[in-house]
Amino acid sequence: MLPIGHYLFLSLALFIIGVIGVVTRRNVIVVLMSIELILNAVNINLVAFSRLYGDVAGQVFALFIIADAAAEAAVGLGIIIAFFRNRETVLADEMDLLKW
Amino acid sequence: MLDKILFYFFAGVAVGSAVLMVTRRNVVHSAILLITALLATAGIFLQLRAEFLFIVQIILYVGGIMVLFIFVIMLVNLDVALQQIQFARQKWVALLVALALAGQVGLMFWSSRKMPGQGLPVLTAAAAEHLPANSEEVAKSLFGSYLLPFEIASVLLLVAMIGAVVMAKKRT
Repeated sequence: MLPIGHYLFLSLALFIIGVIGVVTRRNVIVVLMSIELILNAVNINLVAFSRLYGDVAGQVFALFIIADAAAEAAVGLGIIIAFFRNRETVLADEMDLLKW
Repeated sequence: MLDKILFYFFAGVAVGSAVLMVTRRNVVHSAILLITALLATAGIFLQLRAEFLFIVQIILYVGGIMVLFIFVIMLVNLDVALQQIQFARQKWVALLVALALAGQVGLMFWSSRKMPGQGLPVLTAAAAEHLPANSEEVAKSLFGSYLLPFEIASVLLLVAMIGAVVMAKKRT
């Protein structure tokens, strides 16, 4: 059936698209969404290898990554709301309070 | 054959909507396209016979995290941000990072050809009927060998919950 390389290529494509989104977009919400995409790409790798070796540990790790993604999204969006309340912006390059 | 069709369908949907997600101007469109990409990934999980993760992906990602995202998008002011430039001037950095990543993985594939055996291994198809029930296996592993990480993850979620509440709370 399908070689493992297919899954690796799919995961690589999603990962690179996510990295490009993180680096190029100005809107912080889209940056956070790109990070979700990156974590998701990693999960594909884990599940594919879990299937290849018949070991369910990869799926357990994918579960932990999903839990981490949920925690990261909650805290990140909380920070965005707090920052928007103070500075009225969601653009990453206008968040320069610590830069001088 | 059906496996291949399913894989290419879901992979195409995932990559296409991911590209659109990064390039769209409107943040709400990006969120909807991210939902599509995550659903397509759930399809890939199902094609890999990880039924439990398939359900978790749909309930947790699409049902939980994305609702949170859309809620925040509605909360912050969109109309001003839409008028501004959406892309930072970091095109070359992005290109460099993407090329470096692709180069690394390409090198990995290239060097795996020279390994003894027949290169990259192929997923076996016949095992599908003989696979044990997926949720049971995941549960056994999660509450057996990975009990401590499970508890740590629950503490992490608690910390994140408190942190999000404190962060988003109005200062008095």
